[in-house]
Amino acid sequence: MPWRLLRFGLSKSHPEPRMFTAHDKLKPSYDVVIIGGGGHGLASAYYLARDHGITNVAVLEKGYIGGGNTGRNTTIIRSNYLTPEGVKFYDKSVQLYQDLSTEFDLNLFYSTRGHFTLAHTDSAMRTMRWRAEVNKHYGIASEVVGPEEVKRQTPQIDLSCGGHAPIQGALYHAPGAVARHDAVAWGYGRGADMRGAEIHQQTAVTGIEVKGGKVVGVHTTKGFISTNKVICAVAGFTPRITDMVGFKTPIFVHPLQAMVSEPMKPWLDTILVSGSLHIYVSQSARGELVMGASLDPYEVQSTRSTLDFPEGLAAHLLDMFPFLSHSKVVRQWAGMADMTPDFAPIMGMTPVEGFYLDSGWGTWGFKATPVCGKTMAWTAVNDKPHELITGFSLDRFRNYSLTGEKGAASVGH
Amino acid sequence: MKLMTCPINGTRPISEFAYWGEIRPAPDADTCSDDQWAEYVFHRNGAPGVKKEWWCHTPSNTWFIAERDTEKDKVLRTYLHGDDK
Ligand SMILES: Cc1cc2nc3c(=O)[nH]c(=O)nc-3n(C[C@H](O)[C@H](O)[C@H](O)COP(=O)(O)OP(=O)(O)OC[C@H]3O[C@@H](n4cnc5c(N)ncnc54)[C@H](O)[C@@H]3O)c2cc1C
Repeated sequence: MPWRLLRFGLSKSHPEPRMFTAHDKLKPSYDVVIIGGGGHGLASAYYLARDHGITNVAVLEKGYIGGGNTGRNTTIIRSNYLTPEGVKFYDKSVQLYQDLSTEFDLNLFYSTRGHFTLAHTDSAMRTMRWRAEVNKHYGIASEVVGPEEVKRQTPQIDLSCGGHAPIQGALYHAPGAVARHDAVAWGYGRGADMRGAEIHQQTAVTGIEVKGGKVVGVHTTKGFISTNKVICAVAGFTPRITDMVGFKTPIFVHPLQAMVSEPMKPWLDTILVSGSLHIYVSQSARGELVMGASLDPYEVQSTRSTLDFPEGLAAHLLDMFPFLSHSKVVRQWAGMADMTPDFAPIMGMTPVEGFYLDSGWGTWGFKATPVCGKTMAWTAVNDKPHELITGFSLDRFRNYSLTGEKGAASVGH
Repeated sequence: MKLMTCPINGTRPISEFAYWGEIRPAPDADTCSDDQWAEYVFHRNGAPGVKKEWWCHTPSNTWFIAERDTEKDKVLRTYLHGDDK
């Protein structure tokens, strides 16, 4: 063993600091408590500190940071949504992503690949045209292309998809990207930590104290803390937390599964999505194919995987790329997707004063991590919804004014 | 393979079944308020628990009720509507 390494190992004060400060105890009170140390919670802490100078903040995470859906997602980043509210919001997020590696001084492996949403039917082509027009109106690079462009950028594809689902065209979104999900959580976490926010892992919220319609504190496995502001960013755990506060939401939880293949030489530059074949696929920096499909067909609040999933997904992948028939699946897993009836998130104010929701992120919230942090921090500080999230309020269901985003969901759910 | 037991056709692969969500009493559409109706249409009990759910065995179009633990994904029992004794 090299002498320097030994000295490093034995030294009490490591010359290099750990990435995060470990805190022994919770303080008795904080200005803002954030439930959930996923990307969204950590980004909220980061922007509270950086944009608003609020650092007396605790992020409470029952497991380890980034261990929820943040660390389980297939990392597709895009802004070619269907509603004006969605397009503006996700565009802001894509813009914020561009600078993050520099801002964090951490390589996020942000990789712009171009994103094809394949259309195999007339009705899918119609939705693609609609999305392209909405996107262009808001200045987003998005266009309908023919099968020859799909073939040009992905020569390995069988355009007839085994003969039963011929590709008629696609929505092409040049800014479509993938990034390293863990690094996004770590970057935001370290940035928040450096500015004074406290991240408490292994600390679960077990109850929320509400008096006279206002939040007054939070019970945790490490004791009670008082606070007047709580941001709840717990994805698939949202209904358990809103039950603690005492109001209902339309959120329902289904597992969403994903898997990766063995690593192979780089061959797939783009991100491909097919609604009809229920598949999305990209190739990671490690060479693995990262693949996902639609939601599991019924409610489950755990992260169990099933054999049906790789079977179905592999069959569809072979329709597109028959040459993969000998490649192996090396890992599969699941996350709990917090779904909403209109496929738009639920963000902002709630019936309880001081309790702010960042939820309903279902199968699409990784791309929104930066903009969620930014708008949730603003919303909690100003006690009113940021202008980019007014279309996502919980109230919209009571008023029957939904934000129909289902046509922009990656695969037909 | 996941299995589900249809009260009429017996135990079959779960891919033969469609899930239709938790049983929820509908308010009277003529007399309830807009808020009550919105609550019924949209809101769900999204937390885990043992729930009574509608399922349908699609090849035979048999509708029935399953009591299922939604955290463990375990079906406790299934029966036809009205047979809950
Ligand atoms: C398989 C899969 C693929 C996906 N693919 C994509 C994609 O390609 N692109 C995209 O944009 N989105 C995708 N998503 C969605 C995306 O992953 C999520 O919307 C996003 O990561 C949510 O981030 P979050 O920080 O809100 O939640 P999470 O990362 O889930 O963090 C929530 C945290 O809260 C903690 N928590 C829960 N309860 C408590 C409690 N009581 N006390 C303390 N802490 C608690 C949890 O432990 C967890 O760490 C995918 C999701 C899955 C499951």
